[in-house]
Amino acid sequence: MADKDKKQDDFRNVNENPCNMCMPMGGILALKGIEQSMVIVHGSQGCSTYMRRHIAEHFNEPVDVGSSSLNEKGTIYGGEKNLRLALDNISKVYNPEIIGIVTTCLAETIGEDIERITGQYLIDREKEEFPIVTVATPGYGGSHFEGYFLTVKRLLMQLTTVTKKNNKINIIIPNISPADIRELKGILEVMDIPYVLCPDFSETLDRPFTRPYTKMSAGGTKLADIREMGGGLATIQMGVTLEDEINPGKYLEDSYGVPLYNIPIPMGVEHTDLFINTLANITGKAVPDSLQRERGRLLDGMIDSHKYNFAGRCAIFGEPEMVYGIAKICLENGVFPAVIATGSQGEKLKQLLVRALADAVDKSQLLIETDFAHILAACQEEKINIAIGPSDGRYLTEKGNIPLVRLGFPIHDRVGGQRLLSVGYRGTMMLLDRITNTLLENKYKNYRSSMYEEFYKNA
Amino acid sequence: MAEKSVGIIAERDGFIATKGKNKKQLQCDTDSSAGCVSQRACVYCGARVVLNPITDAIHLVHGPIGCASYTWDIRGSLSSGAELYRNSFSTDLKEQDVIFGGAKKLTAAIDGLMEKYQAKLIFVYSTCIVGVIGDDLESICKAASQKHNIEVIPVESSGFIGNKSAGYRAAAESLLRLIKPDEDVVITKTNSINYLGDFNLAGEAWIIHNYLRQMGIDINVTFTGDSHYEALKLAPKAKLNIIQCAGSMLYLAGKMEELYQIPYLQISFLGIEDTAASLRKIAVAMGDDHALCKAEALIQKETARVETIIKSYREKLKGKKAAIYVGGGFKAISLIKQFREIGIDVVMIGTQTGRQEEYETITNLVDDGTVILDDANPAELERFMMEKGAHLLVGGVKERPLAYKLGMAFIDHNHDRKHPLSGFEGAVNFAEEVYTTICSPVWKSLSTGGIGKGVEARG
Repeated sequence: MADKDKKQDDFRNVNENPCNMCMPMGGILALKGIEQSMVIVHGSQGCSTYMRRHIAEHFNEPVDVGSSSLNEKGTIYGGEKNLRLALDNISKVYNPEIIGIVTTCLAETIGEDIERITGQYLIDREKEEFPIVTVATPGYGGSHFEGYFLTVKRLLMQLTTVTKKNNKINIIIPNISPADIRELKGILEVMDIPYVLCPDFSETLDRPFTRPYTKMSAGGTKLADIREMGGGLATIQMGVTLEDEINPGKYLEDSYGVPLYNIPIPMGVEHTDLFINTLANITGKAVPDSLQRERGRLLDGMIDSHKYNFAGRCAIFGEPEMVYGIAKICLENGVFPAVIATGSQGEKLKQLLVRALADAVDKSQLLIETDFAHILAACQEEKINIAIGPSDGRYLTEKGNIPLVRLGFPIHDRVGGQRLLSVGYRGTMMLLDRITNTLLENKYKNYRSSMYEEFYKNA
Repeated sequence: MAEKSVGIIAERDGFIATKGKNKKQLQCDTDSSAGCVSQRACVYCGARVVLNPITDAIHLVHGPIGCASYTWDIRGSLSSGAELYRNSFSTDLKEQDVIFGGAKKLTAAIDGLMEKYQAKLIFVYSTCIVGVIGDDLESICKAASQKHNIEVIPVESSGFIGNKSAGYRAAAESLLRLIKPDEDVVITKTNSINYLGDFNLAGEAWIIHNYLRQMGIDINVTFTGDSHYEALKLAPKAKLNIIQCAGSMLYLAGKMEELYQIPYLQISFLGIEDTAASLRKIAVAMGDDHALCKAEALIQKETARVETIIKSYREKLKGKKAAIYVGGGFKAISLIKQFREIGIDVVMIGTQTGRQEEYETITNLVDDGTVILDDANPAELERFMMEKGAHLLVGGVKERPLAYKLGMAFIDHNHDRKHPLSGFEGAVNFAEEVYTTICSPVWKSLSTGGIGKGVEARG
């Protein structure tokens, strides 16, 4: 048993420094990956603004998201009027090809029936063919992680139709960086595999500078492609920590018989091998030499830095899928993950980690639905010397003097979160180098004084 | 690619004016229209930004996790003492709590926090769903207050009860409860002032304290930058209130005048002109000739010091055009003057929560043709900045990427900035920041060179 089975009952009454965000946040991120889409947050004005601010600061991109701006009247008498007005106004200014509506605590608590409202709206506006995707994402229902995958599932449920079989592979991805998405697409392209990747925010949330500026960005998964995902050759989904109710790939399998290959994010040698071998197995395509060389280069780099890495005792935190990917890289390289944490629900993650840690040299603390106060305490008990996760982990640096390798979402206090590459062989190498160099930097910073203290001054 | 359509939203007409063109009064201080992509946050946000700088308080958000997550330590308020305010505590309400009520959880949360932190003051913020599920914050806080023998003050900040201004009001009500003397206490007035509406971003309140100290004027307490429980309790002792951020503090000042006979004075420490005028006004209002002499000496010395620096920037910036979109009216007004000091004209100006009288002042200050807008959205900002040929935008985090995507310079005037913009020091920082962004070499790369257009001969 890898888990030290920590009792953590006090956080159930109070969360001290959150390690997760709320459901609609994940919904917005997923919807930003659909071509020519706009999002409306059905709730009071603040929700959309806070999430826009968070997303804008991470990606350094304008993030326009509408709100139904519910006020007291709307809360008492229902928000239909507000939501209809929001649909009208968003359509006028942005002229989107699809609108996603995510709800909030407020809308769900007052019992808004958004499917009925939007259905009636489209009839009244004589736009019955216009796609509106609705997702129930109350903030109290889960974290941004669950909101993201539920939204992807709802996209498929409401847009995918029965189509004849095609030769494309559906790739369903978690909240990885635009650079990561581009890397995955590069692998698919170098292997000459037709695909539909959903949601694809590699361009929409990392736009090149061009003139003139357009309110709607180019890129994103095409609606026509989503419609045809039901006829896909297979689905490869990076969602091993997903429960069934938020599992988009399982939906495609159950409803359309598309075989599902649910695999971890290709981070680390084994998981990247798995991704590429799965692609090769499904399509019968050969693995090109360029990928073999990338793999060889990663192995070579892992040998180069293995002794430095073995000195690492790390804390990993963030969204379950990403946490599992990072843990794998650490385990493959001797950086021992002594604290592994997520603010999200993580039963599946826990089971996977228990298995992955079965032969580990030491025991790890696994913290599920946790907060940063608990992560910090665990870090101090476990003598952690490196942390890996989103920038809120700067708290661990400030309070616990633990250096942080920034990865995941959000990253607010450094630039370039959208450009961090950590998937595939190349991404694994880049992340591993960042981890190794952080360990080295600390070693060089401290070894003179610590040797002096230990062997000279205190001798 | 040109955009397919840029619709104009009819409801927004009254909130946009061009000086010299229309004589109509600008509409402001109303709820945002649904779907207009307002840049405003919510009631809770307004309350939290005002109260959060109180350093030794526990700021406990009663609600689902998002509200606490999006506001954790994102503000740059500095403390000379306690650091408790930099934590974000939440009752992290879940589905069951929404059904069965969150009262028990809140009580348990307060008990747990008191055991760990022994604070003298707790603010309990209400969020959207608390307003709907009907937890009786008032009685829960009262009971907790008696149990722990400390102040537990509810903040009525449910998101749907209004806009950000309603949050300022909610914060003011909570502050009034806090500073209300116990019945047996007699207030002895001292010859000191309270400084309202400075949140000590990057040490701004400290800069102003230093000026006033040099003038021989005692500061009683600042609302709320670097303030703490004991000092705030003594707020009624002051002889005068000076107000910087009027949007958040005018109501509180009015109430303090009524309850404690403290007159108030609106001042601004943004820019040389306003800083100098404000120091004089304060000395006059205190009826202190000695302080006035010292103020003159200080103004002369500081102006001489910074004038040459600012002059050098003015020469580089002359003729550039600025657009302003900030939170409150006072800031906007000062910025117009501050831009004049460095030779820049304002061609577009707007605020999220400006008041009627502030818009009148703005209208009087700006040149004919300047566009004035209340509660603007990204589409309007884009349209008018382009139409008016603005070279730079002043705004917050959400506006920054828009400016950059338009290839436009940008000034951060938000709560998480890391450099002070107040006083003479701030005036220099401001001019320097304008220079840094307008005169950066990166803009050249946007309009020269390119690929795929052939090769120029190189000598």
